[in-house]
Amino acid sequence: MNNNDKDNIQNKMKLQFSNRSENESFARVAVAAFIAPLDPTVEELTEIKTAVSEAVSNAIIHAYGENENEMVTVECLIEKDRRVVIIVTDNGIGIEDVELAREPLYTSKPDEERSGMGFTVMESFMDKLEVESTPGVGTRVIMIKKLDLAYEF
Amino acid sequence: MQIEFEMTDDIMIVNLDGELDHHYSSVIREEIDKTIDTFHTKHLIFNFEKVSFMDSSGIGVIMGRYNKISQLGGKLLITGCSEYIDRILEMAGIYTIATRMKNVADSIALIEGDNIEKGAKSENEQ
Ligand SMILES: Nc1ncnc2c1ncn2[C@@H]1O[C@H](COP(=O)(O)OP(=O)(O)OP(=O)(O)O)[C@@H](O)[C@H]1O
Ligand SMILES: [Mg+2]
Repeated sequence: MNNNDKDNIQNKMKLQFSNRSENESFARVAVAAFIAPLDPTVEELTEIKTAVSEAVSNAIIHAYGENENEMVTVECLIEKDRRVVIIVTDNGIGIEDVELAREPLYTSKPDEERSGMGFTVMESFMDKLEVESTPGVGTRVIMIKKLDLAYEF
Repeated sequence: MQIEFEMTDDIMIVNLDGELDHHYSSVIREEIDKTIDTFHTKHLIFNFEKVSFMDSSGIGVIMGRYNKISQLGGKLLITGCSEYIDRILEMAGIYTIATRMKNVADSIALIEGDNIEKGAKSENEQ
């Protein structure tokens, strides 16, 4: 991260929690609370919460095979011009073919009633989605959304 | 997440209340399947009126129940979705397998209308 980036960041947080499915709601509520001072619209908040839920549940379901001893990390940065950056990181199995994984309806777990729509939802609810993954090392999902200008009084 | 069932004949209405994510989806799935089997339900109406949050786990729950009831020729209807949940369902193509309805009453009417059409003969015979 260069100096330019540092100047850009106005507020940031980092959460780390056990790889347990009840933490999915904790993660999305925590991110929503963190960005609340920006006064996002209800729609923006719902979209961000959904995207966080997708990325975190992917870590829980796929990265660690529901092993509860592992940890998931969620970072949130609030940058200049109401840009919200959310980074979800795991040290799990990683993704062999990211391009394939991102395709709508692709899932490696169809027998568990997964629909393969997680990445598609993240992509459509956020402005930008980046997925960095190394098999055997882990996955980092970076999502960016620029909030609409709030009304100023 | 809470779940409540209402039965009328061979129709089961599934009233969901709360947040439908991966954490709750397995319990919800089991409850619905158990109830379908117990009551020999043919048609399913999902009422999303009180669902405040849903992610792609909800899509999996709906698709899985469709696979179950469509094997016996049942219909799947969905009602009460917020605009945002509708967007997710549309994205996943759910409305190609399920019918989007305005409300529960219309949903029941649609299924019963079909039943009357198909069952007119057998009812006369009774
Ligand atoms: N953090 C991760 N670690 C390892 N594999 C992952 C991770 N996230 C996603 N994947 C892989 O990418 C695929 C697609 O993910 P996506 O979220 O789009 O669908 P899904 O999780 O399978 O289903 P859904 O999200 O609809 O329940 C997954 O099936 C899995 O193989
Ligand atoms: Mg997923």
